Amino acid sequence: MDIFIYGTINSAALALMALGFALVYGISRIPNFAHGALYVITGFVTWICLRSFHLNYFLSILLAMIITGVIGALIYQFILIRVRGMSISEIIASYAIGLAILEGFRWGGFKGMTYTLPAFADGTIMIEGIPVDMQRLFVVIIGAAVVAFLWAFTHFTRLGLALRGMAQDERAALMLGIDSDRMAVVAMALGAMLSGLAAIVLLPLGNIVVEKGYDVLIQAIAVCIVGGLGSWMGAVLAAFIIGFAQIFTVVYLGAHFQMVVALLAIILTLIIRPSGLFGRQKELEERV
Amino acid sequence: MEQRRKERLDRGIKVRSDGLYALMSWRELSYLTLPRLVLIIGMLMLPFLMPNSYWQRVISIVCLYALLALSFDFLAHFLGLVSLGGAFFIGVGGYLSAIMNTSLGLPPFMAIPLATLLGAGICTLFLLPCLPLRGVYFAIVTLMYPLALARVIEAMDLFGGTDGVLGVDSFPNPWVEQYFVIAMVFLFMFGTRRLVNTDLGLVLRAVKDNDQAVKASGMSITYYKAIAVFIASAMGCLSGACLVHIYMWAGISLFALDFSILPIAATVIGGGGTLVGPVLGCFILVPISELLREFGTLRIVFYSLVLMAFIVFRSEGIMVYGERKYHQFERWVKV
Repeated sequence: MDIFIYGTINSAALALMALGFALVYGISRIPNFAHGALYVITGFVTWICLRSFHLNYFLSILLAMIITGVIGALIYQFILIRVRGMSISEIIASYAIGLAILEGFRWGGFKGMTYTLPAFADGTIMIEGIPVDMQRLFVVIIGAAVVAFLWAFTHFTRLGLALRGMAQDERAALMLGIDSDRMAVVAMALGAMLSGLAAIVLLPLGNIVVEKGYDVLIQAIAVCIVGGLGSWMGAVLAAFIIGFAQIFTVVYLGAHFQMVVALLAIILTLIIRPSGLFGRQKELEERV
Repeated sequence: MEQRRKERLDRGIKVRSDGLYALMSWRELSYLTLPRLVLIIGMLMLPFLMPNSYWQRVISIVCLYALLALSFDFLAHFLGLVSLGGAFFIGVGGYLSAIMNTSLGLPPFMAIPLATLLGAGICTLFLLPCLPLRGVYFAIVTLMYPLALARVIEAMDLFGGTDGVLGVDSFPNPWVEQYFVIAMVFLFMFGTRRLVNTDLGLVLRAVKDNDQAVKASGMSITYYKAIAVFIASAMGCLSGACLVHIYMWAGISLFALDFSILPIAATVIGGGGTLVGPVLGCFILVPISELLREFGTLRIVFYSLVLMAFIVFRSEGIMVYGERKYHQFERWVKV
């Protein structure tokens, strides 16, 4: 039973991490290797607002998410837009941005155990006799809320429909008057805010450290590849598969193997089914 | 008002042509060989020009990075695979050579070639799953391996865990060390330049440009990609193996990010696709990075920003630019 509960929590956490990456890749076809950096930025900005400027917790969260969204949009608008479509340059540019941000934080002295965010609510509750603290419950609730929000957003609002149209066929979307560059900026901002949201929900469970940036990036990518790059529902399902697999390894093998699980999941997916569970691309396009 | 414009003419000289007319005069001969000679003699002179043994060590490190950058350039511009994990090759080659040296007692000049070949085989095997695929998978997997391997070694306490493998033999003396790595850079630089013009190189470039056509010609893309990845990872592993013997130590820092990002930056700055540009880029970047040593991880920020600026604004790089200018006449003509 505790495997089930903690598996669900872990899966929700993974889904939160991965959705931002999946969104950006699905819409603009840019693998956003700066995803982990955006995650860490939100954490530190929240911490700065909270500790240095003594703002209200809720206010600092809001501010941090907006700042992260703006940074995401700026990264796209001024850097990635120029290399869009050149696959080598896209990868290198976004990787360089991510590294610059993460290592910049490390150089700026943001390391060690001192950077923590408070939990939303203290206390634990018992579910079927297993203690679960409130923050972990929030992870599941917010994870479900984000998935529901994304579904509603992409199915019922004009902007969401435009984004979905672009994800499905960029040229057709252009013909219908959807400005693909603007939509990509929106997608990048939204993806950055999603990764920021993940940071805010998940970081109170531990310290804010620069290494989290790489961890989150890798886990997000693993989830997205298993689910099929660019497919949001696939990412959610894959988050559950990897999430439970990780909890099983933690219980039976040890906590150090979480990263290996992610790597193995990627390798297995590439061998067996390269387009992932719900790959939107036709398999022929991927497998030459 | 008389107007003038600059006219540029490309000078076409064919080397290694089928006829005998290619090189007719000393002028043309020197036109062709001079840049190469400058590079070769310059690199051979370097160990003598360095003021002290610290900077001589830097020359060796530059050459190791140059090998890594060559491997990146070869993969990215002749095969279309972006490797974000130079540290993976360094780590595999380095650990293998260190273990062969300390546990099996092989001398460095036996351990290095063995580690190179074995390491290249291991790397190719590890990367095999993403070779039949197109797209970002190769970049992602190479990004993950060094991070995951460092974690695994730390967690399972393999190969000495966080302490690493101590007591690795060094090269007999600094001169041997430097000339060995310089010779290796020459070997692989001119070797890959030849290779990309052979039939195999032609197929590799075809894989990059149009893999469907290669497949339609009845050739296995995975097979050719595996060959190229083997060559590239051999360069990386060789570099890692030499590094271990230079520092006499192998540890988790072999998987450090510097090894992944600096070769990419060097390639982009030096000029991708030329196979000389990366080497030049390393000669620019690595000494700067040595001067910045006291700033710690700020160096990575520095490379990343330089890399970003070059890839966004000047993606052709120094070497491509220089080559173009070298082959052009420029003159002002009346309009």
